Amino acid sequence: MSILTPQAVPATPLVAPVRRSFLSGLGKFTLSATAIALLAGQERLALVGSAEAKTPNNDVAILNAALGAEQEAIAAYQVGANSGLLQKPVLALAVQFQGHHKEHAAALAATVKKLGGTPVEAKKTYTFPVEKLKTQADVLGFAAELEKGAVSAYLGAVPILDDRDLAKVAASILGDEAMHWAVLRNALGQNPVPTAFLS
Amino acid sequence: MKHLAALVAAVAATFTAGAGICRAADGDPVHGAQIYQRCLACHSLEHNRSGPRHCGLFGRSAASLPDFDYSRAMKASGFTWDEATLDRFLENPLKTVPGTKMAYAGVKKPQERADLIAYLKKATLDPEVCK
Repeated sequence: MSILTPQAVPATPLVAPVRRSFLSGLGKFTLSATAIALLAGQERLALVGSAEAKTPNNDVAILNAALGAEQEAIAAYQVGANSGLLQKPVLALAVQFQGHHKEHAAALAATVKKLGGTPVEAKKTYTFPVEKLKTQADVLGFAAELEKGAVSAYLGAVPILDDRDLAKVAASILGDEAMHWAVLRNALGQNPVPTAFLS
Repeated sequence: MKHLAALVAAVAATFTAGAGICRAADGDPVHGAQIYQRCLACHSLEHNRSGPRHCGLFGRSAASLPDFDYSRAMKASGFTWDEATLDRFLENPLKTVPGTKMAYAGVKKPQERADLIAYLKKATLDPEVCK
């Protein structure tokens, strides 16, 4: 077992730079209450309108739950990146996926704030079963397990988000994490898309 | 007399059907292990994650792990985790415990909940995992 500390898991060293400029300018945007922003020519993240938007506190709780899971995924990928078990092409992939989770987390936190909520903070320590990670395949399998869980978590969040635009963005994140899962399975030599439906 | 016989037959049929329902509700832990994969973004058996660890779950009071930060709602739930409370909570967490941090639609199919609970009953007592 390994306890990760902020010192053990530095914020960014192995991570591709995350473009956060779109967040710094949040206040400058004027959006309808539940607008989806397509920024920089790419689907980026949800921006929701003012705190008095129709979205109830329930959505804030759901987004915060997702944010907590994203923060943990970021830390988990850092474990993989720091493990020394990932060979170069796989390491680059893991770092890329971690970058996606960072973007998800940034978007979720910004949205929670926009809704008048307080984003959950990343934990100071995370506990992962590091003692079971002996090979690259172990690390990939662990990551795949987390990604599959994340897909299910978003599947469980989408139908209960009151704001349908938020649900759309959650579904967008779900799609990204499903792709992670498929790529990881493929890297493990498993059928990347084993079923027609996910649950 | 014919009416009585018909009544007896109907009652017998009802009980038989009921027994069938009971059998259907018996959980399959193997399938439950697959369903548990849905939980792995936030939970594990042996470690606290975004959600609390599951080892030792059955018979435990809700919100009683000292090293996990539960919602006020869960602390106030008064639940003790057993088959019935888990079944109720897992069906619709936010409705059962409004304010829970487990913002998840729920496991809607009764058989899937039964399977998941059957898995949890075994796995949360596994001495290899839950040391």
